[in-house]
Amino acid sequence: MTEKRRRSQHRVPMPEQEPEVRARNFKEVPLGYTPEQAREEAGRCLRCKRPLCVLGCPVGVDIPGFIALVAEGKFAEAARRIKQTNCLPAICGRVCPQETQCEAQCVLGKKGEPAAIGRLERFAADYERQHQLVEMPPRAPRTGKRIAIVGSGPAGLTAAGDLALLGHDVTIFEAFHKPGGVLMYGIPEFRLPKEIVEQEVEYLCRLGVTLELNQVIGKSITVDELLDQEGFDAVFIGVGAGLPAFMGIPGENLGGVYSANEYLTRSNLMRAYAFPEYDTPIVRGRNVCVVGGGNVAMDAARTARRLGAEHVWVLYRRSRDEMPARAEEVHHAEQEGIIFKFLCAPVEYLGDERRMVRAARCQEMELGEPDASGRRRPVPKPGAEFTLETDLVIVAIGAGANPILTRQTAGLELNARGYIAADPSGRTSRRAVWAGGDIVTGSATVILAMGAGKTAAKDIHAWLTSGNGVWTTNAAGT
Amino acid sequence: MTRILKKTELAPKIFEYIVEAPRVARKAQPGHFVIVMADERGERVPLTVADFDRQEGTVTLVMMVVGTSTAKLARLEAGQSLYALIGPLGQPSEIQRHDTVVMVAGGVGVAPIFPIARAFHETGTRIITIQGARSRDLLFWTDKIAAVSHRHLVTTDDGSFGRKGLVTEPLREILEQDVQRAIGCVYAIGPAVMMKFCAKTTEPFGVKTVVSLNSIMVDGTGMCGGCRVSLRGQTRFTCSDGPEFDGHLVDWDELLSRQKIYAHEEKCSLDRYVEQYQAAREHSTTSRTCP
Repeated sequence: MTEKRRRSQHRVPMPEQEPEVRARNFKEVPLGYTPEQAREEAGRCLRCKRPLCVLGCPVGVDIPGFIALVAEGKFAEAARRIKQTNCLPAICGRVCPQETQCEAQCVLGKKGEPAAIGRLERFAADYERQHQLVEMPPRAPRTGKRIAIVGSGPAGLTAAGDLALLGHDVTIFEAFHKPGGVLMYGIPEFRLPKEIVEQEVEYLCRLGVTLELNQVIGKSITVDELLDQEGFDAVFIGVGAGLPAFMGIPGENLGGVYSANEYLTRSNLMRAYAFPEYDTPIVRGRNVCVVGGGNVAMDAARTARRLGAEHVWVLYRRSRDEMPARAEEVHHAEQEGIIFKFLCAPVEYLGDERRMVRAARCQEMELGEPDASGRRRPVPKPGAEFTLETDLVIVAIGAGANPILTRQTAGLELNARGYIAADPSGRTSRRAVWAGGDIVTGSATVILAMGAGKTAAKDIHAWLTSGNGVWTTNAAGT
Repeated sequence: MTRILKKTELAPKIFEYIVEAPRVARKAQPGHFVIVMADERGERVPLTVADFDRQEGTVTLVMMVVGTSTAKLARLEAGQSLYALIGPLGQPSEIQRHDTVVMVAGGVGVAPIFPIARAFHETGTRIITIQGARSRDLLFWTDKIAAVSHRHLVTTDDGSFGRKGLVTEPLREILEQDVQRAIGCVYAIGPAVMMKFCAKTTEPFGVKTVVSLNSIMVDGTGMCGGCRVSLRGQTRFTCSDGPEFDGHLVDWDELLSRQKIYAHEEKCSLDRYVEQYQAAREHSTTSRTCP
């Protein structure tokens, strides 16, 4: 059977909730493989001698190794194999853009569909967790070194996990009342159940990591105080981007116009979707405009749909080909009835007598010459305008660098856009201070942030154990 | 968890809490605010710091019951804990010596204005305080604020204490009498409408007027932008750029409308909470009578 499937060009489909059902609930959309489906899909892997998929993985997971274990039915062992390099497999299996990373490199993809690496990763991690087979890996002897991690998003959690395993004493400082960063406030329940994030954090706590919630570094405590007064030997900053971008067009401050950050934080972290069981309210629009074409726009659009919207339009100023959102997210959104309006952008929002948004005046675009990003620049089509009646607008056009921490940290070099300047190992211009994730790169992906956390952890360990204390860095601001 | 050391009912539905928060107390300055949550399901409620004691490691907060989240807070007693307290947040007040500063406090606004008045007082600035409330029973901290003021005037809407009328009347008179231009600035803290009319009152006199805005917030760290406010067409975030702004620049109508975005939901939520609370009380009474 294995041989037959190996020749199959098609991956084993993953069961998921029917679109018309899931568009009315917040439960996870894909339901995950059964053990049989996982073994069957794992059997398709060619087990290449020089696996290209591993090169496509930002953290270098032993992909053929774990897939072989799944094929043999050794599911918990497979999860442990992944965890040797990736401490958050249940999360990565769900939110990594595999189609542009590991799966894009898969040899099977040349003639048919690549091996479903993400689905198998998710399966192995879920199996281990659901069957309570999670084992604590051995921890190196205590080094006596104390490390402060600022931010409990993917970068911070990864750095914390790796450093704890290496025997360091790790404390994570989180500004919110729940740990997880963007995994908690940004990514909706239907794409990443919060229970999974909670259990991954719980795992880190069992590894000996200390969690301090409700601490805004730069306000309650500064980075200098962490090093000089609170006795930390090193600090890793992984606070994310965290500053919502607006377009600066008329009417943007009307009621019912949200940043995606606010809309998603209300719904995900504060659980406004369960209002009034939870106390935080949210505007429930019937005709919703989401501005932007990235994954965050997809999350916002699909959330609005679940909160009862009849029409949800995604307004994107370029065409489908330029959309930065993952193909799978776009596909799921379309299945759920989200309407994409390409080559247009709002130019003004109009309000009613209560100053709540009632309409969006939009400008049609056409594609001109490529811009700095290499994508063709949208140019307004003269005289081509239309108006959409709308009672909820979600602006999902990206994020900038939140200055709360950086403004309070003297000597920390920033780049021209306000992000922290760090060298490839994460070292900043400040002695004993590393940074990684979106606060260095600008908005990117969970796995890239994890990769940055991992790289920094390795370098923090090397620096703390080398003993010479000399600080050299190539971080340079502009 | 943040332990409540002391709770005092200052007036009907207005409570003072002294909470144990050494890190916040160490950093708190006049003008800062904190975010509190009563329980895991509660909203993140911004409250301006009303006082702090760095030695004792405590922070004083004053809040008025207006909705479900504050009603939940009001049920917490000394010895219990807040689910979360985050801060200090925002930019501190700009304290500098002036000849005279007028402090206008409306209702619960006397609490945030107290540490600011005290800080100006300590610089040797002459402080004139106008404290307003709807009626006598809603006045509190009159002695506390009078102790850091050279002149302390009280107004009530119904005339049950002090002068009958709004705070803007004595404010106008004081500005009219200030022929020597001794007043360096005016601080006005209270309900948005009161701050709006204080700013309108002072504008013709050209006296700088600082207000502390009570926008709706979520995170309080500049991450969501829900608290955005327009200052002469420029968008600012109350949580990270404020909460204090030049009252003459604020688009008050926008602020007032943004405060009402969730008026309907807030009412539904509170009605439901009150109903549940009463049901729970009735239930506990019945179960006591049944063996």
